[in-house]
Amino acid sequence: MSVTIPAPRSQRIDPKYKRGPKSRGSFEMLAWLFMRLSGVALIVLIFGHLISNLIVGDGINAISFGFVAGKWADPIWQFWDLAMLWLAMLHGTNGVRTIINDYAEKHSTRAWLKGILYVATIFIVVLGTLVIFTFDPCVAGSTLPQC
Amino acid sequence: MSTELPEPPSKIELKAGVGGGGEIPTFNITLRVRRYLPETTAEAYWEDFKLTMYGTDRVLDALHKVKWDHDGSLSFRRSCAHGICGSDAMRINGRNRLACKTLLKDLDTSKPITVEAIKGLPLEKDLIVDMEPFFQSYREIMPFLISKGHEPTKERYQSVEDRERFDDTTKCILCAACTSSCPVFWTDGQYFGPAAIVNAHRFIFDSRDDAGDMRLEILNDKEGVWRCRTTFNCTEACPRGIQVTKAIAEVKQAILSRTV
Ligand code: HEM
Ligand code: SF4
Ligand code: FES
Repeated sequence: MSVTIPAPRSQRIDPKYKRGPKSRGSFEMLAWLFMRLSGVALIVLIFGHLISNLIVGDGINAISFGFVAGKWADPIWQFWDLAMLWLAMLHGTNGVRTIINDYAEKHSTRAWLKGILYVATIFIVVLGTLVIFTFDPCVAGSTLPQC
Repeated sequence: MSTELPEPPSKIELKAGVGGGGEIPTFNITLRVRRYLPETTAEAYWEDFKLTMYGTDRVLDALHKVKWDHDGSLSFRRSCAHGICGSDAMRINGRNRLACKTLLKDLDTSKPITVEAIKGLPLEKDLIVDMEPFFQSYREIMPFLISKGHEPTKERYQSVEDRERFDDTTKCILCAACTSSCPVFWTDGQYFGPAAIVNAHRFIFDSRDDAGDMRLEILNDKEGVWRCRTTFNCTEACPRGIQVTKAIAEVKQAILSRTV
C-alpha cells in the first residue's frame, strides 16, 4: 500500500495534466462570440414570438392549426421562425457542447456525448426547416379559407 | 557571583493583569483536517483536533499547534506566515484561503473548522499538493519581460497611466487559490487556469513589453481563456483581492479585438 512519491523539483508532470498540441485557428473564440450574438438575437426573436402568439389580438385563445397556417403563409414569419430555429438550436447545441467539455472527464465519454448531441441537432434542424418550407395547410377535409 | 544588572531606564512597570498575552480571550475549536498519509493509508480521511486558541490566532496557528504539540506528522506548506509567499493556500470551510490570513475568530467556531488541500492538483500528503502542473501553465505564458530592439542604457520609462493599466495583476503571489477553485480546472486539469491568465495579463498590458501578441496567441488555445465560464470562484478566492475574472475578460477582449 505504499506509494512512491517522485523527488521534489523533478519537473515531472502527472501525464493527466499534459496539454496536447496547440489548437489551430480560433474556433473557440468564434463559438464564444456566437453565443453572445445569437443570445442577443434570440431575445428579440423569442419575445417577438411570444408577444405575437400569446398576447396580440385574442392572445392565447387564437392559437390553432389555422393560426399557425396563417403565420407560415407569410414569408416574414417563415424567416422569423427559421432564424429562431437555427439560432436556438446552434446556441443550445454549443451550450451543451460546453457543458460536456466541462463535466465529462474521459475523452471517450466526451466523444460519445457530443456525437449523440450533433446527430440530434442535425435531425431537429433539418426536420424543422423542412416543416417551415413544405408546410401545406390543406390537409384532407380542410375548412381553411386558403384551401 | 551574580551581580544584579541595573534596570534599563526605559523599563515600564506593567500592573499585573493589564496588557500582555493573558488579556487576549481564548476559545476552544475543533480543527477538522483532511489527512492523507500515502505511506500508511491509501485513502484520505478526516481527523479532528480539539484546540484552545487565542482571539488573535489564525488557521495557520492552529495547524502549528497541531504539528508542534499534538501530531508531528501533519504536513503543510508555509514560509512567510504573512500572506506574501503564497505557500499555504488551502480549502478552509470549503473556500480557498491562505491559512496565514484567515483569523479563527472570523470563522464559525461553534462548528468544526474544516481544512483540506486545494482541489484539482495531485495530492501528495495531507495539505500538500504537487504544484508542478500549475507552474507549467505559468511558464507557458512567458511571465517575463520580452522587448524588441536595443537594450536601453537607462531605465524603461512608463507613464503613471500605463503603469496603472496592469497594476492589479502585478499583485499575484502564485498561491494557486484561484486556479484550484475553478470548476473547469477541476475536471481535467487542461485549462490554463486563472493564475496563468492573470500573469499573462500582467505583461500583455505592460507598455514596455513587446510580446503581448504571442501571449494572446497562446491563450487563444482551446484550453485557454475561452474555457472560462465566469463563475467568479477565482475572484472570490484570491487573497490579494485581484479582480481575476475581470482580468480574464480583458484578455478575452484583447484576443477578440486583435482578430476581428
Ligand atoms: C433569451 C435569449 C438568450 C440569451 C441572451 C442567451 C445567452 C447565453 C450566453 C451569453 C451564453 C454563454 C454563457 C457562457 O459562455 O458562460 C449562453 C449559454 C447557453 N445557452 Fe443561452 N441564451 C438565450 C437563449 C437560449 C435558448 C433558447 C437556449 C436553448 C435552446 C439556450 C441554451 C443555452 C445553453 C445550454 C448554454 C450553455 C450553458 C453555459 O455555458 O453555462 N439559451 N446563453
Ligand atoms: S491571482 Fe490571486 S489567487 Fe490566483 S495565484 Fe495569484 S494571488 Fe493566488
Ligand atoms: S505562509 Fe506565506 S502566504 Fe501564507
